[in-house]
Amino acid sequence: MKMEIKALTIQSALAGLRTKQFTAVDVVGACLTNVKKFNEDYQALLAVVDEDVLMAQAKDIDATDYSLPLSGIPIVLKDLFTSDGIRTTAGSKVLEQYVPVFDATVVAKLKAAGAIIIGKANQDAWGHGSSGENSDYTPTKNPYDPSRVPGGSSSGSAAAVALGMCLAATGTDTGSSVRLPAAFCNLVGLKPTYGRVSRYGIIAMASSFDTIGHITKTVYDNALICEITAGKDAYDATTSEIPVPQYTNKLDIKLQGVKIGLPKEYFGLHGMDPRVSDVTRTAIKKLEDLGARIVDVSLPHTSVAMACYYILVPSEVSSNLARFDGVRFGNGRETFGMEAKRRMMIGTYALSSGYYDAYYKTAAQIRTLIKKDFDDVFGAVDVLVAPSSPTLPFAIGQKSNDPVAMYLSDIFMCPVNIAGVPAVNVPCGFVGDLPVGMQIIGPQFGEERIYQIASIYEKETQWYKKTPKI
Amino acid sequence: MVQEDPKNMNYEPIIGIEIHVELGTLSKMFCGCPADHFGKEPNTQTCPVCLGLPGALPVPNKKAVEWTMLLGLALGCTINKESKFDRKHYFYPDLPKGYQISQYDAPLVRDGVLKLKVKSHLPANTTHQALQAGKLKVEEEKSIRIRRVHLEEDTGKLQHAVIDGKRVSLVDFNRSGVPLVEIVTEPDFRSTEEVDMFAKKLQQIVRYLGISGADMEKGSMRIEPSISLRKSEILNPKSETNSKFKIQNSKLPDYRVEIKNINSFKFARNAITYEIERQTEMLEHGDTPTQQTRGYVEAKGVTVPQREKEEAHDYRYFPEPDIPPMRFAQEQIAKSKEQIGEMPDEKKERFIKEYGLSEYDATILTEDRLSAEYFEDAVKCQKSKARPPARQVKSQEVSSKTIANWIINKKVDRASVTPTQLLDQIIIAAQSVFVSGDELESIVTQVLDGNPKAAREYKNGKEPALMFLVGQAMRLAKGKSTAEDLRKKIIELISK
Repeated sequence: MKMEIKALTIQSALAGLRTKQFTAVDVVGACLTNVKKFNEDYQALLAVVDEDVLMAQAKDIDATDYSLPLSGIPIVLKDLFTSDGIRTTAGSKVLEQYVPVFDATVVAKLKAAGAIIIGKANQDAWGHGSSGENSDYTPTKNPYDPSRVPGGSSSGSAAAVALGMCLAATGTDTGSSVRLPAAFCNLVGLKPTYGRVSRYGIIAMASSFDTIGHITKTVYDNALICEITAGKDAYDATTSEIPVPQYTNKLDIKLQGVKIGLPKEYFGLHGMDPRVSDVTRTAIKKLEDLGARIVDVSLPHTSVAMACYYILVPSEVSSNLARFDGVRFGNGRETFGMEAKRRMMIGTYALSSGYYDAYYKTAAQIRTLIKKDFDDVFGAVDVLVAPSSPTLPFAIGQKSNDPVAMYLSDIFMCPVNIAGVPAVNVPCGFVGDLPVGMQIIGPQFGEERIYQIASIYEKETQWYKKTPKI
Repeated sequence: MVQEDPKNMNYEPIIGIEIHVELGTLSKMFCGCPADHFGKEPNTQTCPVCLGLPGALPVPNKKAVEWTMLLGLALGCTINKESKFDRKHYFYPDLPKGYQISQYDAPLVRDGVLKLKVKSHLPANTTHQALQAGKLKVEEEKSIRIRRVHLEEDTGKLQHAVIDGKRVSLVDFNRSGVPLVEIVTEPDFRSTEEVDMFAKKLQQIVRYLGISGADMEKGSMRIEPSISLRKSEILNPKSETNSKFKIQNSKLPDYRVEIKNINSFKFARNAITYEIERQTEMLEHGDTPTQQTRGYVEAKGVTVPQREKEEAHDYRYFPEPDIPPMRFAQEQIAKSKEQIGEMPDEKKERFIKEYGLSEYDATILTEDRLSAEYFEDAVKCQKSKARPPARQVKSQEVSSKTIANWIINKKVDRASVTPTQLLDQIIIAAQSVFVSGDELESIVTQVLDGNPKAAREYKNGKEPALMFLVGQAMRLAKGKSTAEDLRKKIIELISK
């Protein structure tokens, strides 16, 4: 049977499989067709699992009654996700030939839930970047406009979902890396609370910031995957014991009485594209029309957040990349790309004796203040709403020679990682054919709340239905 | 001003030590691999975590944390209510992550004092009997301050080999991630002997707690002394009473030499003694030793330079983000305290009081927990009415002191002799000792009267006849006398 995989959601795919309208072989076959059709031009995937293996897995699922939560759903993994027997490069030439011997906890959970792993997504090497251009391979292109970036660092993950190569893709979000590509590719992307989803088996970028998220077309699909991936893991000491709610059962609420805060520091930012501001304002008006109360709030330490982030994150990066010494696996350290080298240098400097107090320690103290900003604000409002990016998807090459301009693409997102709270990008409109995303930010372990608000908004607007013209 | 002559200086050693002890937990510090790595096939006890594979994360071993606290409490230290792990960075092929998970500014344990009984200088002719009688003061007290006790992971091990004619270095990761406790003292030692005593005492405590075999030869205990020398200027070198006028210089020298690669108590003593001599010689020549790390070469008994101060690492410590900080409640610490049990010094004092043992005997018996328990089991056996009498052994009072004497002097093999059997042996022996002279004479007379032929043959010079007579007498004596006593009596009576 023929299907339009670009428009298919997990929810509708599961319904189709369970009512025998099509088979897992059909779904996987349609994804592989798109891989063959688009991957060379868009560079979304770095590795694709052998077709025979995938078809055999699909047939096994077709022999069941599709009762697992993700029975037969094709998923792509960001290349930071360690996958048993599938080459895992982290987007870097250092790991060009590295084939792991174990599955990340999240990968094992997805497999156990019936998902079929199609392949590994391109990305900024090691997660360092906001555009996908720092991939040590070829940069991924935006399905809505191939002359523009898809956002990063989970660039291939977002492009693969938008191009219909899979129904969902995993990502990691250390500073924006799930939400920004989701925003640039008209998708839903979750950055969960730090400690909500296990990091075991995910190649670390900055361990105290890394969160394990995913990119889908709809809020329901996103909530469904979160139910599977979230939870305490005995292999990750930083995961929380707090029980994981059935998010998908709780998506239907009314917005009446819900208080939404608008951080004043995030609106009126110099360099903000007025077209993006307009689209965001319209979306906020929609939320107000649906019954939410909109109030202005303040996150007073926003101005120092990027400085704090770009000291602490490179410090942890320099430590986490130390193991890639060329002794046991991978190529030598000379194969690291420019951005990785830059972050290792900055981080090593910030941690050196004599500089530690001025840099790392001060930044760690500022981190505490930024956390407190968020704690305080969530005493007054249920969620925060903010633009995801100050600009539209930018042209390939536009910022790649100016690291600071690139870092500032994440200005609305990095503070969320510093605070460790959850946030979701939800599509909120277009400027021409280019998508605009909006962030809904919640308190610690407030995933349920942000999904609910995102879901109501999505039902009213249905921006996800506007698929790329390819 | 008088020119200082280096030859007129006396030099006082200033020594501090770091001791590493591998904990005997079942699993490693941050993963489920077995911690016991000694003599195992290389790289058979590894997993993604202890190999430092990309994406692997450490989960701390609760038992190792508890045992470190236990050791800290046994050493009279304070437990930090808030503690954390830190990353210590350096490149080395046996360190798979490029950093070691250790503890920096918030160790589990800090500030304690271990009291040593330093041996007094006894006259050369001091006898064993004099010591046993407790007539001489053999020890005086010396306090060694403990700065900190922290927990970290051990590294892998490099093996340098020649394969197919090529010199290669191989890495074995079985040891990677084994829990390692580091004990750091203040520079309070003033002699090789004090270091030796401290190290042995620490080993004893660790073994008492049952947290490690602390075996130097197997590398599960390692000592790294830091040595420097301080001037003790003599005011008037010609005065006979000069030793009383040494200036007590309280400032520490501005250098120290750390010695690595020591794997026995003997090598530790040799290395320190060598280093003191080496530095003394340098100072006497007017040179100042430099801040250095040196390695001990056992074959030659010397230390050789490994690293100068300028090459010192910048470890770039920062809090380990993969492991949440630890907090300990007061009750938890109190509970640990209860688990410590009796430590060697307390046990020794109790043995002296409770069993009336001499300090010397009590020291030997409490050297390790098992021999102390063996002694107490034997004493309990003796007191217990329920003890079934062994063959031919009449129940008899045996003093605790006698039991102690036997264990110490006869070097009883605890593995083959149970405390009950030991008691039987003591009673048999005791009874033989107390056989009266009359009884002995009557036994021998009986034997001679019953075997006149053999008696006559012996008198005529046939030695084997004597052996026959002794044998006969032994049978009659039923173990209440020794062959030697009977032999003497037979000769005495025959010669009459």
